[in-house]
Amino acid sequence: MIYREAGQFKTSYASDQAIFPIPQDRWFVVFAAVAAFVIPPLAANEYWLQAVLIPFLIYSLAAIGLNLLTGYAGQLSLGTGGFMAVGAYAAFKLTTTLPQLNIIVVFLLSGLIAAGVGLVFGIPSLRIKGFYLAVATLAAQFFLLWLFNKVPWFVNYASSGTITAPNRSVLGAIVTGPNATASMRYVTALALVVVGALVAKNLVRGRVGRSWMAIRDRDIAAEIIGVRPLRTKLLAFGISSFYCGVAGAELVFLYFGSAETLAFDITLSFLVLFMVIIGGLGSILGSFLGAAFIVLVPIFLTNAPQAMGLSLPVALQKQFELMVFGGLIIFFLIVEPHGLARLWQITKEKLRLWPFPH
Amino acid sequence: MTELLYGIAVAPFKDMAGSPAFFAEVLIGGVFAGLMYSLVALGFVLIFKASGVFNFAQGAMVLFAALTLVGLIERGVPVALALVLTTAVMVALAWVIERVVLRPLVNQEHIILFMATIGLTFFLEGFGEMVWGANVKKLDIGIPDRSFIVAGIQINQLELSAAVTSAVLVAVLAVFFQRTRIGRALRAVADDHEAALSIGIPLKTIWMIVWSVAGIVAIVAGIMWGAKSGVQFSLSLIALKSLPVLILGGFTSVPGAIVGGLIIGVGEKMGEVYWGPLVGGAIENWFAYVLALAFLLVRPQGLFGEKIIERV
Repeated sequence: MIYREAGQFKTSYASDQAIFPIPQDRWFVVFAAVAAFVIPPLAANEYWLQAVLIPFLIYSLAAIGLNLLTGYAGQLSLGTGGFMAVGAYAAFKLTTTLPQLNIIVVFLLSGLIAAGVGLVFGIPSLRIKGFYLAVATLAAQFFLLWLFNKVPWFVNYASSGTITAPNRSVLGAIVTGPNATASMRYVTALALVVVGALVAKNLVRGRVGRSWMAIRDRDIAAEIIGVRPLRTKLLAFGISSFYCGVAGAELVFLYFGSAETLAFDITLSFLVLFMVIIGGLGSILGSFLGAAFIVLVPIFLTNAPQAMGLSLPVALQKQFELMVFGGLIIFFLIVEPHGLARLWQITKEKLRLWPFPH
Repeated sequence: MTELLYGIAVAPFKDMAGSPAFFAEVLIGGVFAGLMYSLVALGFVLIFKASGVFNFAQGAMVLFAALTLVGLIERGVPVALALVLTTAVMVALAWVIERVVLRPLVNQEHIILFMATIGLTFFLEGFGEMVWGANVKKLDIGIPDRSFIVAGIQINQLELSAAVTSAVLVAVLAVFFQRTRIGRALRAVADDHEAALSIGIPLKTIWMIVWSVAGIVAIVAGIMWGAKSGVQFSLSLIALKSLPVLILGGFTSVPGAIVGGLIIGVGEKMGEVYWGPLVGGAIENWFAYVLALAFLLVRPQGLFGEKIIERV
């Protein structure tokens, strides 16, 4: 009843090709974005911002990045953690050597550096495909982390080997470091992810995105119709790594506060890949849904036994979480292999007809 | 700069020539380590060949098998009986995986199945430790971790027996694949699922058998790795170590897994001993991957993998 497009006529190409061609969708997204900026900083407490919302936003950005590469361009990558680490360490080096540089600019620059590294590790994708490529990208993961561990220059010769976010402010408000409030960090992460998602959404419906999808669906056929595989694949690696790099920088500066290479190990790569697959390959919305799922499930699993009045020993609790997490992933893959985004689509189809059966 | 070049191109070889006994020790150590990787890679290859599933859970299966075996022995079950029981557990596991995970996901994209096996990894790690406990356990199979000296070269008894075991295992698998009726069916399935189905080979049974065989290979790998470094959580990480072996040898080739293992094992040890100090050591985490990557650039399907033929 509410979600009905009957009677909405498109009278120009521009309106037909808008990002959200249906006004209800458009208003929903605008409303959601405004609500996200206004409500949580006012209403949510420190715990919700710090433990749920900030990681959700950061992981969403990383998931968008990986989704561009894996979901749209079809290049399976397990090196996400490594590329995120590049962003984090680059941001740390940049902001400690040039303290007067605006931190947002630092984030973007470190994204660019990560993109450069991504390009280098994307080169093998021209010859190697599928799972062979996935394993090859693990080389990036392990090599990069080893590098950051071994070369003390990256951590400014700190004996602890950790990088710590210093206090930096944007327009007079402190957004990173120990003195930044959770709401400030939340708003910063939100602003970055909104811009990132908008850019990604536009990328994938334009020429670039179409060439990615052509390569994904059948690369030889794509090559024959004039898509250049070299440029297209490398572009996918570069842009994906840019997103991951920014997300990695945010992870340290807006969420952890300080981190060592352990925070970026292979588990992180898998986690982001889970988000992409559970959310839905080839869907920007799916990246958000997947990130929400992966962030919320462990929190739910940690709190569920207590809520039910059970108190498990810590070790048992941990193993139980692992088990349920693994089981849930298998369950979701079986129920909907195309991800949560597909479920959302089905819901929309149903909404169109509601309350009539046909 | 010249110093660096010297360090890369000259000094290591001088060291090698300078003490041949030490060189031989490094070489043999590499061969043994490589065979241990091969044992894990073998499980991957078996499953990939027969079902096209890239089974990331192989490492977790190794951990689970080792945990089960040690857990049973600790509870006073005789070793022989414990082995039989563990085998039964792994076969049961294969049955459950086929029923619960693989069957509902038939015909899905490879990446979906791959993710499902990562989910399986989490599940098995949690389940194994929940049942058998998380502390590091010693697996004593009666072979002492001692070294003896042949012609001035130290040889570790445990590693030697691991090498012999994997050689025997590979031989048994080769006979099983080439000479038995089930082996023929397995090869048929590996070749072409649909064609195999159409001549009446029960695909589901075959998958169960393959996963069982992979489970048994996991037991052997679990025993060897467990005897070497104790049965603990990190055992499931050896899956990551055997991935370069896999891409180097090719996903679909049993001999590839062995040869790949040898190349990676020797290359890794050589790199660590002779070139590692140049860059501060601890390079073995990524060296194998880079080595495999270099090979892949020349042969994208691995050394022994099936040639990838692409059509529009």
